[in-house]
Amino acid sequence: MKFKWWHGVLILALLLVILSPLASSSPDGLERVAEDKGFIHVALAPLFNIFPDYVVPGVTNEAVATILAGIVGTLILFGIGYGLAKLLRTKGEA
Amino acid sequence: MHIPDGFISTPVAVAGIAVAAGSVAYAVKATNKKMGERQVPMMGVLAAFIFAAQMLNFPVAGGTSGHFVGAALAAIILGPWSAVLIMSCVLMVQCLIFQDGGLLALGANILNMGVIAVFVSYFTYKGIFAAIRGSKTGRLVAAGVGAWISVVVSALACAAELSISRTVPWQIAIPAMGIVHMAIGVGEGLITVAVVALVMGTRPDLLELQQAT
Repeated sequence: MKFKWWHGVLILALLLVILSPLASSSPDGLERVAEDKGFIHVALAPLFNIFPDYVVPGVTNEAVATILAGIVGTLILFGIGYGLAKLLRTKGEA
Repeated sequence: MHIPDGFISTPVAVAGIAVAAGSVAYAVKATNKKMGERQVPMMGVLAAFIFAAQMLNFPVAGGTSGHFVGAALAAIILGPWSAVLIMSCVLMVQCLIFQDGGLLALGANILNMGVIAVFVSYFTYKGIFAAIRGSKTGRLVAAGVGAWISVVVSALACAAELSISRTVPWQIAIPAMGIVHMAIGVGEGLITVAVVALVMGTRPDLLELQQAT
């Protein structure tokens, strides 16, 4: 298979995921406002959990668990984006 | 700024779902049979890149973090309706698989980050780019300003939803959400400019993809 530009972008996205354990764990803008203005407690817990907080459950090393969750999400989104665009593509094009 | 369940009232959440569903349906209609050959892999890698980049929270002042949204980048590269689809896919996966953003609040999150952010950045970008008449620097300035303002306006939309829900009075929500996202938006602007500059430097033809649509 010939290397195409978008293979490079997908690899770049997966490389970004490897940096994810270095991401800031401080509350984000909305969480910060919710804490400061005293309404963070009204948040409800999710109805179900699959990979909550971008961590694969059961993996003891948190950095590895985060990277694995990120790789799964990145590949899922590549598949969905590519598949959706394929369904919507111009008629007659391969 | 993914809203968890509980922050917004049921009527606001349901209204968000209705507007988001309508927007996504229209986006499908607007792009159907119009995706060119090269837009197919672009949709895939942009969705993947935006998801990955959103995981990288960067620190802003005062023990707060922000992360890339990507609505402006998607709108600049693929046009607004394709961008609505990409952002909706990212937000749905984040909600359903990673429990980032509430299930009932998914519509509001798509509205804020996938519809409002897309159109605000797209029209800002197009307007500035046309006003400066398309120089290379002009494109980057337009991309940066469009990205910054998209984060600020979607934060204000979020603040409005919180205050309509009576979670927090608007006199408090609007300035608080606005100010912190004016800072976070700088990160959005810088990342968007960097990626657009990278595309311009390597594959400028990819910036013309949306003109086919």
